[in-house]
Formats: sequence, structure tokens, C-alpha cells
Amino acid sequence: MATAQDFRGNPKGLPATKGRSFKVRPNAVFVATGVLALLVLLPIAAVLSSLFDTSGGSLGHLAATILPELVLNTLGLVLMVGLGTAIVGTGTAWLVSACRFPGSRFLQWMLLLPLAMPAYIIGYAYTDFLVFAGPLQTGLRDIFGWTRNDYWFPDIHSLWGVSLMLVLVLYPYVFFLARTAFQEQSRGLLDVARTLGRSPWNVFGTVALPMARPAIAAGVALALMEAIADFGTVQYFGVQTFTTAIYRTWFGMGDRVGAAQLSSALLAFVFLLVAMEHWSRSRQAYYDTSARALKPQPVSLRGWKAVFAFTACAIPILLGFVLPVLILLELHFDGGDGFLGTRLMVYAGNSFLLAGGAAVVVTGCAILTGYCLRRSSGGLSAGLVRFSTMGYAIPGTIIAVGVLIPLGAFDNWLDGLMRNWFGISTGLVLSGSVVALLYAYTVRFLAVANSAIETGFKRIPVHIDDVARTLGRTRRGVIAMVHLPLLRRSVLMSAAIVFVDVLKELPATLIVRPFNFDTLAVRVYQLASDERLSEAATGSLVIVAIGLVPIFLLTRFADRQSEQISASPVIKIPQ
Amino acid sequence: MSVVNSVLNRRHFVLAATGSAVGMLAAPSILRAAGEINLYSSRHYDTDEALYANFTKETGIAINRIEAKADQLIERMKAEGANSPADVFISVDAGRIERANTENLLQPIQSDVLSSRIPAYLRHSDGSWFGFSKRARILVIAKDRMDPKDAPSYEALAGEAMKGKVLIRSSSNIYNQSLMGSIIAAHGADEAARWATGLVANFARSPKGGDRDQIKAVAAGEGDVGVVNSYYLGKMMKSGKEDQRQAADKVTLVFPNQADRGTHVNISGGGVARHAKNKDGAIKFLEYLASDQAQEYFAAGNVEYPVVKGVPLASPLDTFGEFKEDTLDAQKFASLNAQGVQIMDKAGWK
Repeated sequence: MATAQDFRGNPKGLPATKGRSFKVRPNAVFVATGVLALLVLLPIAAVLSSLFDTSGGSLGHLAATILPELVLNTLGLVLMVGLGTAIVGTGTAWLVSACRFPGSRFLQWMLLLPLAMPAYIIGYAYTDFLVFAGPLQTGLRDIFGWTRNDYWFPDIHSLWGVSLMLVLVLYPYVFFLARTAFQEQSRGLLDVARTLGRSPWNVFGTVALPMARPAIAAGVALALMEAIADFGTVQYFGVQTFTTAIYRTWFGMGDRVGAAQLSSALLAFVFLLVAMEHWSRSRQAYYDTSARALKPQPVSLRGWKAVFAFTACAIPILLGFVLPVLILLELHFDGGDGFLGTRLMVYAGNSFLLAGGAAVVVTGCAILTGYCLRRSSGGLSAGLVRFSTMGYAIPGTIIAVGVLIPLGAFDNWLDGLMRNWFGISTGLVLSGSVVALLYAYTVRFLAVANSAIETGFKRIPVHIDDVARTLGRTRRGVIAMVHLPLLRRSVLMSAAIVFVDVLKELPATLIVRPFNFDTLAVRVYQLASDERLSEAATGSLVIVAIGLVPIFLLTRFADRQSEQISASPVIKIPQ
Repeated sequence: MSVVNSVLNRRHFVLAATGSAVGMLAAPSILRAAGEINLYSSRHYDTDEALYANFTKETGIAINRIEAKADQLIERMKAEGANSPADVFISVDAGRIERANTENLLQPIQSDVLSSRIPAYLRHSDGSWFGFSKRARILVIAKDRMDPKDAPSYEALAGEAMKGKVLIRSSSNIYNQSLMGSIIAAHGADEAARWATGLVANFARSPKGGDRDQIKAVAAGEGDVGVVNSYYLGKMMKSGKEDQRQAADKVTLVFPNQADRGTHVNISGGGVARHAKNKDGAIKFLEYLASDQAQEYFAAGNVEYPVVKGVPLASPLDTFGEFKEDTLDAQKFASLNAQGVQIMDKAGWK
């Protein structure tokens, strides 16, 4: 086994080990990635396998009744959330990375805050505030003496309302990927454009934006998949989408085949979206080869421009974080959770444990898949990875049920085996264990982690690998000494986002968990499903508070890291 | 010598470790004491904890719980198969517990306590499941804008006079699906479809929110009559929040269909899991749920109606008054669930 360590001691021993690493390593990487991707695909396949059942199938009924509306609604949701997150995420990312204005450094991390806010909770909070029976409209009616038909008020419980909620909590996906991309663009390119007489806006449009496009596309894709998979918010808002139809078909009509048909239609749609995006930039490559020592110099904004920039960045924070937190605080002080003391601490501990474990496991898996995609984006393993990450668009409950099926099958197979051979029953080994939960989270969130890591890998020019190899590093050495240090930021980003996502995650946690094991999200769900929103507010606030920790760390670290990068040459290969 | 010893020791150690590891893995199924039952429950009310604690105190049998939506628990039991640790399955509606039964996840049991205390229409004929508490699908009408006489029945909600006045949540909600099933049972599919179309035409707004939201909307004047579960109104009446109590105060409760078949009631029910490892404990638990003490808890804690006759009602249920309930077999309307969903889809009930 050749390790990077060997070469430090004996650089001249290179050729002998080099051959070995060439033959063995690539296979190991691709095989491991392939196996991982198959494991992630397994639950999806388990659900879709019902397609081949002969019974059931109410697609005819659906087509005749609600299908047209839910197709339109889903398309509308995709369009609005896609445009919304792209504009808000990219716009704010550009402002905080290319400009300096009062508060810009502060806003830079504040803009990530809505990430900690679960979509269904922001939905509940705004509903409570904005509906007909809520304080705002009641106040208006009291002041002006209106009744129901005397005035018009936008109905938050509508397609645009739900899209707005989702944009508010999902734009940070685009923001963090785009900001990193902007910050790592070299000053050289932007300066050249400026020297050629382009205005700052023009530079943004013709140089910065196209170069950041893969990152933005990855962020928007994540936001869209999450929006498509959302059930809690759309259901509460009374908007019918593919997801609500899948639930209805499976659980309301007991038609598993119909649900599988709808799920596969959904997958096909997402596949098409992703393929279109890939195809439209297939002939472009995005390496910035100039020295990164020259970081883009932010433009200082003054006067009304500064006011504009500040306002543009403050609005998403205000609507996506500050206002809902205030509403939740008001609800909390109005009622609050009766289990405020030690019980809530236990729930928080469990949540923390799961989120932390998942952050490590899922990010680890994503480094593997990201590396595999870098090495070969056309191979079988890469294809499997691409396909498996699309599972992110499948509703969480469906995935959770899909996770149960192979785990149960494995446990029962093992049990049968042990009974036959040794006469002992092993019962359920994986089902209902924390391992099962971590597996479920990997299936669910590999897409998110993979986006962060893959984007990170894409920013490392391939020729750096070549240089490192020429300087005597094995492939593994390249990973350890070149990729990982350069990926540190992406790895952290991935871990932080998986952490926050798992903290908020509900369906898989609810159904895969062990006995007597409650988390914050479970607690909030139980209170909310009993329509006790003011009690649920307490747990929601704790979720948000814990979610802030990794975001804060991330920002701290990312800031220091970017300063380090700017202060020193990119890569230091130790001798 | 010492080498031999250490080798032996090591071998012993490995054997012992393997043995104990297998023992630990197998522990849940082999070694589980008779003093434990595993509950798969879709009840999620804090007030139930007193119920469970009392059972453990009385019998010494500890309770382990997984609480999730019934559909998901059903899928989990299916996936776990013969090794499922579930002893008891509990749902909060008849449709889901009947589905668990048709998926072959429950087993019939014989219990004189249960069959004598629980009325026949609230349990499965072969003892696969039993209802333990009831929730009525009631109407709430605006105190100042509507007379109870104008909303005598579910059927009346589909009449011309109700245009723009009706508030109800989504048809995805199981209690609406069960109600739809009971209408089909009462009038047949064609008439039920006409009812659904008429109802949709009378909506004050497209369906959204939960049951409490309907009550609040009636109180605020968005519509004049709402269809909700009885316990939500009760919980709002005894809520610690002033705005909830105020909203509940602005509506009048109407038990529909008192002149004919009675108000539709759904159940929260339980049954013994097909592969229960502690069947005796499971039956004991179900029998406990039918005891006077547990039945009083359902009323006092979660404002649900007891299924056992003669159990005193806690406030505010005692203020709701006696009412005639639809004694349609829960098994029957549960089996009409899927047809109900199709009818609601066709009627445009979102």
C-alpha cells in the first residue's frame, strides 16, 4: 500500500508505486462510488418497483380529474422558485462579494440565516400572521370596520404564497454556492474586462455571471428539487402538486402503483430539467487559471447605491428570518411548549447527535462521489451518482418508506440465515437503529453534499493535479495534499448544510427512528399536527437556534480561509 | 505455558465476545422480558403519557413507543415482516386501522372484556381491532350570523342557501375522507357525488389549514359554518390562549343529522400486531384502554368521547350535550375510503 507518506521519505521510489496506484486506485474509487450510488438508489428502486405490479393503477382517474391542475401547479412552483432563488441568491451573493457598503460583511453571513428555518415552520408562522383570522387582517377590519367582502387582501394560501415561502428559505442554497464562486474568481479576468471598457454591471453580466453559472445552476437545482419534494408546506397551504398527489394516491386511495407511476413521472421531469441545464453549457469549461493571489477588489459603494445594496440584502433576511422568528417568539411567549425543561434538552441532544453524525457520514460519501465525478464524468459510476442524487426531488416520506424496504429485507434474510445455521434469531439488526437513520439521511441528502463538494472540485483546475503528479504525488497524495486542503471550505459548507437539513428533516426521522427516540423536529411535528402552533413555536425556535451554530462556524471559518487564500499562493506542497 | 494460556484466553475471549455480540443483537427478540410491550402508535398527544404511565404502574409492563403517521407505521410493519417488534398498533381513524388489517398486519383476538365493553359497530367483527375513543365530525356555526336550524345536516351544507358560507379543510384529510365514506354508505355513490359537487360550490374559500383554522375563520367571519372534529373545538375552549378561547366562544356547536342517521363519528382504535412477541401484554394493554380509568382519560385529557357507556364526561365535553351518532360500522366507511377520494377529486374538492 503506497501512501502519500512514503513519497515524502523517498521521492525516488516513485515509478514503482506509481504503476500500482494507477491500476488499483481507480478501480477502488469507481467501485466504491458505484456501490454507494446503488445503495442510494435502492430505496427509490424499492418504491418504483411497484410499477410492475399488476394491481391498482388509478392514473386514469387522476388524468381525468386533478392531473392537469397539479401539473400546472408543479410547473408554476418550479418556475417561481427557480427564478426567485436564482435572482435573490445570485444578486445578494454578487453584492456582498463584489461590493463594500455599510454592513456588507455582517449581511454576508446574515444572508445564510434563513437556511436554519424549516419551510413548514415559516409557512405556519406567516399563516398565523397573514390569514383572514390573523392579527393583521383582523386589525385592518377593526380599524376600518370592514367585513369579508369589503376589501381585497392577497391570499397567502396560494401558489404564489407557497412559492414565496420556499424562495425565502431556499435561496441560501444558491447564495452560498454563488458567493463562493464569485469570491474565487480572479481579479485578473474581471480587470481585463474593465480595462476593455466594460461597466461593472456589464462585467457582472458578461464575465462573472457566466463563470459562476455552474455553481448557480447547482444551487437552483437543489432549491427546485427541495421545492418539488416539499409536502408539509404545500399541503398546509392547500396547493396541489405532484407530491400531494403521490401522497393522496398512495395513502388516500391505497394505490401504490399509481403513486409509483407519479413518482417516476416526477423523476423523469427532474431528469429532463437537469439534462437541459447540462446540455446548455456542455461546450463550456470553467477553469480560471490565473493566480488567485489577486483576489477581486470589492467596489466601495456610497450614497444611494449603498442604500440600495443594503436594502436588497436586508429584505431576504428580514422576511426569511427576522420576521418569522419574531412571530415564533410571540407565539412562544403566548403559549410555549409544556416540556420546556429537561425533555426538550433530550430532544435537542438527539437532534444534535443525528445531525452531527449525518454531517460527517454524508460529507464523507460526497467527497468520494465528487472525486469520482472529477476523475471521470462519463463512466458508469458517475452516471449512477448523477442519477442517484436526483432522488432528492422525491418526497421525503416516499424515500423513507423506500429505506425501510431494503433494510427489512436484509434483516429478515440475515435472521433466516442465522436461524438455519446456528438456530438463533437475530431479529432486526438494522431496522429501527441509528444506522438506519444515517442511511436514510445519506439517501436523502447526498445530493446537497455532492453539490457543495463537486462545485469545490470544479474550482480546482485539472492541471494542478497534473503538476502535483509530476512533482511525484500519487493519486492518493493528490487527494490528501492538494484536493482536501483546497476543498476545506466546500467540505465545511457541505457538513454545515447537511447538519442543518437533518436538523429540520422530518419524515425519515419520524418513521425510521428507534423506540422512544424523539427529536426536536418530531416534537414540533407532533404539536403542529395537533394544531398547537404556539406550543410548537418553542421547539421551532430551538431548531433555528441550533441550526445557527454551524452557519456561524462556517462563516467564521470561510472568512478566515478566504483571507488566507488571498495572502498566500494557492497550493503548498510540502517537501 | 503462558503462551498457550494467552492463546487460549484470546480464543475464549473471542468466543465470549462473539457470543455476547450475537446475544446483544438478538436481545430484542429473544430476551425481551414479558414486562414490556412495543407500541406503534399514531396518537401523539402529551396527555396520553399519563395513560401509559398508569398502565405500567398497574401491571408492571413497560411501554416502548414509536409514534408516526399510521400510513408510515403500516409500511414499517410491512417492511419488518415476521421480525417486527410491534406488539400493538394504534391509529387515530378507522380507515387506517382497517387498512392495517387488510394488509394482514393485525391478528384477531378473543377478549370478553373488550367485546362486552365496546359496542359492536366500533370494533372489527373478528376482533382484529377495537375502537377506544370517538371523535364526532361536527358543525360549528357563527353565533351571530346563523341559526342552528339552518344547518341541520351534512346534506344541508350542499344546498343553495349555503352559497359562499362553508369552511372545510382539504379532502386529503382522513376525517373528511371518512365522512365522505359515510355519505356514500347512506346515499349511494351517485347521490354522494352530487352532494360533494354541491358542497364544493358552497365553499367560502378553497380548502386550507387545519380544523382549528376553520373554527377561527368562522369566528372571524370568513364563512358561516365549518366542519370540524369535536375535540378541536373542545381543546380550543380549554386552551391557555385567549384568542383560541375567544374564537371558540364565537361559534355554536351543531350535531348534524339528529333527525335521521345521526352525526358521523370516527374512532381511534388499536389491535394486536400479527407478529406480536408479547401477545398477552398486548391484550392486557388493549383491555386497559377500555377500562373506566383510561376511558375517562380520553375525555379529560384529549376531549375525545369514550366508547364505553356510562363513563362520566369531563369538561368541556359534558357541556356539548347528548347526541345521536351514526352507528354505521366503522369497518364499512373505512372500506369506502378510496371511492370517497375519487368522488372528492371529481367534485374538485382540493
